[in-house]
Amino acid sequence: MCVRRVPDTATRIKIALDGKSIVTSDAEFVINPYEEYALEQGVQLKEKHGGEVTVLTLGPEKSTSVILKALALGADKAIHLKSENFPDDSSAVARAIAAELKSVEFDVLLFGKKGVDDDSQQVGQMVAELLGIPCSTQIVKLDISGGKAIAHREVEGGVIVVETTLPSAFTAEKDLTVPRYASLRELVAARKKPILVKEPQLFPGILEIVSIQYPPPRPPGRVLGKGVEAVPILVKVLHEEAKVI
Amino acid sequence: MQGPILVFAESAGNEFRKSAFEAVTEARRLADLSKSEVHALSIGHKIRDQASSLGRFGADKVSIADDESLKLYHPDFYRQIALDLVKKIGPSVILLPATSTGKDLGPRLAIHLNTAVATECTELEISENELIATRPAYAGKVLLKVKIKGNPRVATLRPNVFTAKERVPAISPSIESLSFEKPTTKITVKEFVTQGAKKQDLTEAGVIVSGGRGMGGPENYKILEELANVMGGVVGASRASVDAGWRPHSDQVGQTGRTVSPTLYIACGISGAIQHRVGMINSKVIVAINKDPEAPIFGFADYGIVGDVFEVVPALTQEMRKYYGKN
Ligand SMILES: Cc1cc2nc3c(=O)[nH]c(=O)nc-3n(C[C@H](O)[C@H](O)[C@H](O)COP(=O)(O)OP(=O)(O)OC[C@H]3O[C@@H](n4cnc5c(N)ncnc54)[C@H](O)[C@@H]3O)c2cc1C
Ligand SMILES: Nc1ncnc2c1ncn2[C@@H]1O[C@H](COP(=O)(O)O)[C@@H](O)[C@H]1O
Repeated sequence: MCVRRVPDTATRIKIALDGKSIVTSDAEFVINPYEEYALEQGVQLKEKHGGEVTVLTLGPEKSTSVILKALALGADKAIHLKSENFPDDSSAVARAIAAELKSVEFDVLLFGKKGVDDDSQQVGQMVAELLGIPCSTQIVKLDISGGKAIAHREVEGGVIVVETTLPSAFTAEKDLTVPRYASLRELVAARKKPILVKEPQLFPGILEIVSIQYPPPRPPGRVLGKGVEAVPILVKVLHEEAKVI
Repeated sequence: MQGPILVFAESAGNEFRKSAFEAVTEARRLADLSKSEVHALSIGHKIRDQASSLGRFGADKVSIADDESLKLYHPDFYRQIALDLVKKIGPSVILLPATSTGKDLGPRLAIHLNTAVATECTELEISENELIATRPAYAGKVLLKVKIKGNPRVATLRPNVFTAKERVPAISPSIESLSFEKPTTKITVKEFVTQGAKKQDLTEAGVIVSGGRGMGGPENYKILEELANVMGGVVGASRASVDAGWRPHSDQVGQTGRTVSPTLYIACGISGAIQHRVGMINSKVIVAINKDPEAPIFGFADYGIVGDVFEVVPALTQEMRKYYGKN
């Protein structure tokens, strides 16, 4: 199962002076929220079918805190592809993860739907394509039995039910599972679990950032009034001023 | 940049999605700037009759793969058809709608073509013969302008941001049928289960009436449904109401839900937390109804009413009925 270290979603994002990168020094980092659903799914599968949960992270030294959190939440061991300045580029990350996974045996490969930092939503599908295994994206339900997986993909207007052989990859949507909390005891125990640290194979980034900007501010709004009395005013301004009805 | 602009014209059932027309319109604009052609790819079942409609939005050529087994999105089948066509026509750019299908398919194509995807773009431009894509990151807290140093450049377009515009005069596109031989696959796509009778998905809706914890319980969303019905819109929700089990996750707007960009977003009993804000801040007009005048949502709504949703919403529904002349 692949986890990514990301700034907490409530963190204010600051653009660096070069106008091409993000300052993260004062940000708080957490496990990417979608991976919490994926990790919980992995742990539940282990509880039901046996086996082991391995977490894999590509990232800097500081990713250790995220790995420890995942180990506390039920993973058995970790692989840390440690690199301080690996290109922040989905295809490069996917190639490095796939290269590592070629020598790892697994039945189920779990990802989050997307990293809430780059919002790029690509790594899972790309890794699966590189490994030649099926990948079902945005899943809200997963059942494994008889050497097969049945997954529910959440799409516009409903759910697509997909059956795949194993090994198989999945990217987790919110609500795939209800993530558990780690107890203090588990946090301490996590420190004793094995973490294999290695260097990732390096691949070039393909997306080049030309510039980063803050979105234009919205023009200031106004409160039209209190209670039902403001309702006719609202309809009037929506029609005459905003011209949206 | 050399070669045509290829658009994946996504369909649902036997109709094209609105976002397919948006992508074709944008492809036409780029093709005019770079003096190239727009080539649309349509994959599905029983869509042949509709193919010429892509010409209305500017497609010069349409390639169609039509087969019963293509009715629902199948990653292996769709990927193979698209890759075969890419090899044949050598596009400089591939555009896909940023729908669940487009976002699944784009990266698969890109990794095989040794290129990259710019996800959920909100603006495209051509500068010095290069495609520059603007895309939100960090949940919309910043906008990145990116260049793709691979060929073709692949971009998914956020629905409802680009406007579908009919071209005058319409083009009558040349239409080609693609032969399709099922590759071996480890994936069986079983069925599509619809969630209720929702007409539109949140990401494509023009009007969204959204309810939060202030709605007090699942039964009270009825008043939002009524307002949405009168306005031809759909109902959305905050995470608090989804986590409470009042609404399905597919209704959730925000960082871990849908990113929406309707013309009108009416937030009812929603406080306006950052993670909600990032999912709806691209709405054209935002209206907030909240009983707390200090609620953060009033800080970024265009219009606000301070009041109880149980009084204001039914009154608004009635007023809208009058406005639309419905009873
Ligand atoms: C990692 C992460 C991801 C998240 N993702 C999302 C996301 O995708 N989407 C999302 O929405 N949130 C998300 N959240 C949660 C977010 O932080 C807020 O908790 C949530 O948006 C609050 O929902 P709410 O506004 O409905 O509830 P509250 O914050 O409780 O606000 C309820 C509001 O209703 C008003 N109210 C109460 N009664 C009435 C009444 N009778 N009439 C009028 N007004 C009334 C109150 O004044 C209040 O302002 C996320 C949080 C985290 C940590
Ligand atoms: N550096 C990384 N290390 C481990 N897993 C990653 C990394 N980057 C992305 N992933 C996985 O790929 C998913 C999609 O990421 P992205 O394509 O960047 O939005 C994430 O939810 C993670 O599961």
